[in-house]
Amino acid sequence: MITVKKLVKRFGLKIVLRGVDFEVQPGEFVALLGPNGAGKTTFLRILASLSRPSLGEVNIAGYKLPAQAEQVRARLGVVSHLPLLYGDLTAEENLRFYARLYNVPNSEARITEVLEMVGLDTRRQDLVRTYSRGMQQRLTIGRAVLHDPDVMLFDEPYTGLDQDASSMLDDVLKTVASQGRTVVMTSHDLARAEDLATRFDILSRGVITASATRRQLKKSNLLTFYKQALAAS
Amino acid sequence: MNNTMPAIKATKKHFAAKPSFLRAVFAIVWKDIQAEYRSLELISAMLVFSLLVIIIFNFALDVEFKVRQTVAAGVLWTTFAFAGTLGLNRSMAVEKDRGCLDGLLLAPVDRSAIYFGKAISNLIFMLVVEAVVLPVYSVLYGRNLIQPGLLMVILLGSIGYVGVGTLLATMSVQTRTRDILLSILLFPVVLPVLLPAIIASNGFLAGVELAEILFPIGLLVAYDVIFIAVAFMVFDNVVEE
Repeated sequence: MITVKKLVKRFGLKIVLRGVDFEVQPGEFVALLGPNGAGKTTFLRILASLSRPSLGEVNIAGYKLPAQAEQVRARLGVVSHLPLLYGDLTAEENLRFYARLYNVPNSEARITEVLEMVGLDTRRQDLVRTYSRGMQQRLTIGRAVLHDPDVMLFDEPYTGLDQDASSMLDDVLKTVASQGRTVVMTSHDLARAEDLATRFDILSRGVITASATRRQLKKSNLLTFYKQALAAS
Repeated sequence: MNNTMPAIKATKKHFAAKPSFLRAVFAIVWKDIQAEYRSLELISAMLVFSLLVIIIFNFALDVEFKVRQTVAAGVLWTTFAFAGTLGLNRSMAVEKDRGCLDGLLLAPVDRSAIYFGKAISNLIFMLVVEAVVLPVYSVLYGRNLIQPGLLMVILLGSIGYVGVGTLLATMSVQTRTRDILLSILLFPVVLPVLLPAIIASNGFLAGVELAEILFPIGLLVAYDVIFIAVAFMVFDNVVEE
């Protein structure tokens, strides 16, 4: 579903990604872990077609980036730590706006379905700026799945959430993943990544230094695996 | 707050072909109008600023009534340009602050549709402010500014201003110094629009023959076309890292 070969990203003289090779099979849930400044967000922004690769190949769902970016974007759902929602619009109006941009058929029924999914159907008429951070993040996920994308990208989705909101987001993420979607999530939260992902890749200093599936990795060993991968890089 | 997580319905594919260019443009314009109708942040800021500029100029140019009439067009366009900068900054800041610009860029639409959507919204807000400001000017400067010829010049000037302003606001909003950077970038670039707009406005206010002001009007139309065409071509590069 996602194939990345020798990806390099430079910002001026600074090289952020130094030849990343990365492959994700359909239905996989990959947690991309790494310290601050490792290049996780840059990598996800390239996958999301928000940033151009300096060198290398990126293929998503059979389409090349950046040449076929519009086709890729139609199959992508992206969630970051920013809400990507308009505070002066209601939840319903926000979703209706994005439904128009994604040309979602039967949009009113789909909006209702998504609002029910993220548990916000009773607050659909409220302005988004009156929502708590947790509610905004759930609506953000609703916005990202509105067009039923094949691939979901989550960039630190737990940032700024309290314990209750994080638990609720766990449920939504599990639901999103259980629907057969391919998911790539960056996170600092090893415990949550361990709970959700089927594969763990460690990105350090712009390269993927280690990768292991859930089967290869005993559950209690993710922290050890992570530390070893960083030490070796 | 609703803390329950209802069972998820079985999903079905909602994927569809990308929307038409016009549908995407309309969606962005409608979204901006809806949000502005709720908050009135942008229009009220532009309006208050414009009225303050009028009053300040009115006292600063407290000279003979006839002299004041001759500078009316310059003062008018200075006011529009300053207020317009305020509106352009605010319009793009709303998109940037909550990551909404990324939300727009993630949509499977031609990115020039985003440019046109934002530019049309900005133009509508600017025209609303101008519609309120013009009668006040007419009273203070003793000139009837509600004339078809002058209104056409104001429309053409506003199109050019907003056309290049939306592009530069999109660039500047991505920097740390966005509040000051837009003015520094915009005013030198937009001068070829402002100068013929002032000359043509002066001509209409002085009641000269249309043939005498066809040249600045032609320049305005040409710059509008050039600015919009350039913005259309480079917008994709401006928004992508």
